[in-house]
Amino acid sequence: MAETPMVARHIPDRLEGRGARLVKSWETLLIAVALAIFLVNSFASPYFLDPWNLSDATFNFTEKAMIAFAMALVIISGEIDLSVASIIALTSTVMGYAVQLGFDTPALVLVGLAAGLLCGAFNGLLVTGLGLPSIVVTIGTMSLFRGLSFVILGDQAFTGYPASFSWFGQGYVWWVFSFEFCLFLALAVVYGVVLHKTNFGRAVYAIGNNQTAALFSGVRVGRVKFVLFLLTGLMAAIASICLTARLGSTRPSIALGWELEVVTMVVLGGVSILGGSGTIPGVVLAALIMGMVTFGFGLLNVPGIVMSIFIGLLLISVIALPILYRRLRGSH
Amino acid sequence: MKRLLKNREMLLVVAVIALVALIALRFPPFVTPGNLANVYNDTSILIILALGQMAVILTRCIDLSMAANLALSGMVAAMLNAAMPGLPIPLIILVAMALGAVLGSINGLLVWKLDIPPIVVTLGTLTIYRGLIFLLSGGAWINAHQMSNAFKALPRTTLLGFPLLSWLSLVIIALMLVVMRRTPLGRAFFAVGGNPHAAVYTGIDVGRTRFFAYCLSGTLAGLSGYLWVSRYAVAYVDIAAGFELDIIAACVIGGVSIAGGIGSVGGAVLGALFLGVIKNALPVVNISPFAQMAISGMVIIIAVAVNARAEKRKGRVILRKAEAAHG
Repeated sequence: MAETPMVARHIPDRLEGRGARLVKSWETLLIAVALAIFLVNSFASPYFLDPWNLSDATFNFTEKAMIAFAMALVIISGEIDLSVASIIALTSTVMGYAVQLGFDTPALVLVGLAAGLLCGAFNGLLVTGLGLPSIVVTIGTMSLFRGLSFVILGDQAFTGYPASFSWFGQGYVWWVFSFEFCLFLALAVVYGVVLHKTNFGRAVYAIGNNQTAALFSGVRVGRVKFVLFLLTGLMAAIASICLTARLGSTRPSIALGWELEVVTMVVLGGVSILGGSGTIPGVVLAALIMGMVTFGFGLLNVPGIVMSIFIGLLLISVIALPILYRRLRGSH
Repeated sequence: MKRLLKNREMLLVVAVIALVALIALRFPPFVTPGNLANVYNDTSILIILALGQMAVILTRCIDLSMAANLALSGMVAAMLNAAMPGLPIPLIILVAMALGAVLGSINGLLVWKLDIPPIVVTLGTLTIYRGLIFLLSGGAWINAHQMSNAFKALPRTTLLGFPLLSWLSLVIIALMLVVMRRTPLGRAFFAVGGNPHAAVYTGIDVGRTRFFAYCLSGTLAGLSGYLWVSRYAVAYVDIAAGFELDIIAACVIGGVSIAGGIGSVGGAVLGALFLGVIKNALPVVNISPFAQMAISGMVIIIAVAVNARAEKRKGRVILRKAEAAHG
């Protein structure tokens, strides 16, 4: 939507060394911020540094972060998916419906994943098949998917999930490490490898930087983008399984407004909203930061809506600061 | 005839009439003049907001914070009235509009001076403005009995048989027609969206034009804030939550291109009316009001698909062939 202004690019005679680049990188800044928040939190509240409290705190971000990984890829490729929270709602509703039909846990998970994939495929088809701008398409499907959930549920709620299903949201793999947190770590590794070490990952960057050039270098732009939307749908479904299992019930308003938090997480992680750059470690750090901030505020009894002000300010300032910094450096 | 069919506004008029006719088949009283006037009145606020959003979208930007801006301005108007019932209503309206303009200008400044992508700016300010309402009101509601009668009566006052709210939206439509067609600013909106680089060479400041578009959408959101609160006689944190999507939907349905540079006042008004008719018709044709969200979503997707077909640029044949082969 916003086109990059034509600026003469200055190419330095000598590239900076590896160490210098590492120190100046966005990820280093994020690590510093995360440490600072960790310290402030542990001083502000005596309850912060407790393994079980910290373990509970991870639920603040794990589900959103799972989606953020796929969203990072979508945004790097120059598109966006605003329908993720609505996919969660629809997937959860479909699973709740399946419970009424007497499905058991393995079938529920399969039904959920299939619903998420279908939603993702629908987005992908509209964006790549018909060539529509992803922002409008996903604003439309955001309304459509959650709307379907409202059609099915109205003002009712689905409950009565089988006991074994709740393990996905409440189970622990080992000591304080919940299933969700372990899944988050595993997915972080998978997405990190896919984005940074495979041809597919290179293709995602190439598309985000210059779609036409990518096309002429033999990248199947449409297919890659379709897969990305499919992945986002799948991740939203996984998040939905975890969230539904954790809450034990489904209402149409489940995960309302999460798309904003997921996008914030991705952008905070250093992914350029214009596409073409960003890393998975950055997104992981951003998830940790947002989780700790919400948890810390929660311990201090700050209401949720005030936290959302903070998230909004964070989103804008995180993008504004590098621009201001570059401008100040460029002026002299 | 062929040109007439290709004309977007005509197509929309036909679509709206067809929709109304379809509803009339199942529920004839829907098409009585009195009821149609009610439907228009009910859609007035959406029309005003859609016109503001149109100006922003024309310049290749988007304003997701309009509904939050509306809610904040409306809350301030209601709180002013509750605290000082003697304050003249026009003054309250002015305050609401001024506050809306300020909130809009914040979006505009961030887009203009810092070059932050508009969607990020307005996603951020959306949550910030909503949060500010909570901070201001402490989460409390301003109810009908706390508002003065004059405050609540204004949009309902009838003039020549129609409520003032309807008249006001007609005035805004007329003003926007003049701005878009007869002023340099209106032309600049189109120029900036059509081709920003060319606009720069014709001496238009792209950033400043976008700033003015946001000020315009903010002012209209502020005005709508007062109208909304006084019409429904209640103000709380979540009023008009999610309404920003309806506003964008109205524009998209009305043929305003999300890629900027294409759109018209008539289109935006008709797009809003299309949504307004659906919203008002669902209960009378026995469709659950819960279906409205899904229908809006469907309509947005269909509208954007139709728009894309109409806007498909000719030329660059080689690229298109390559895209088709690989895509």
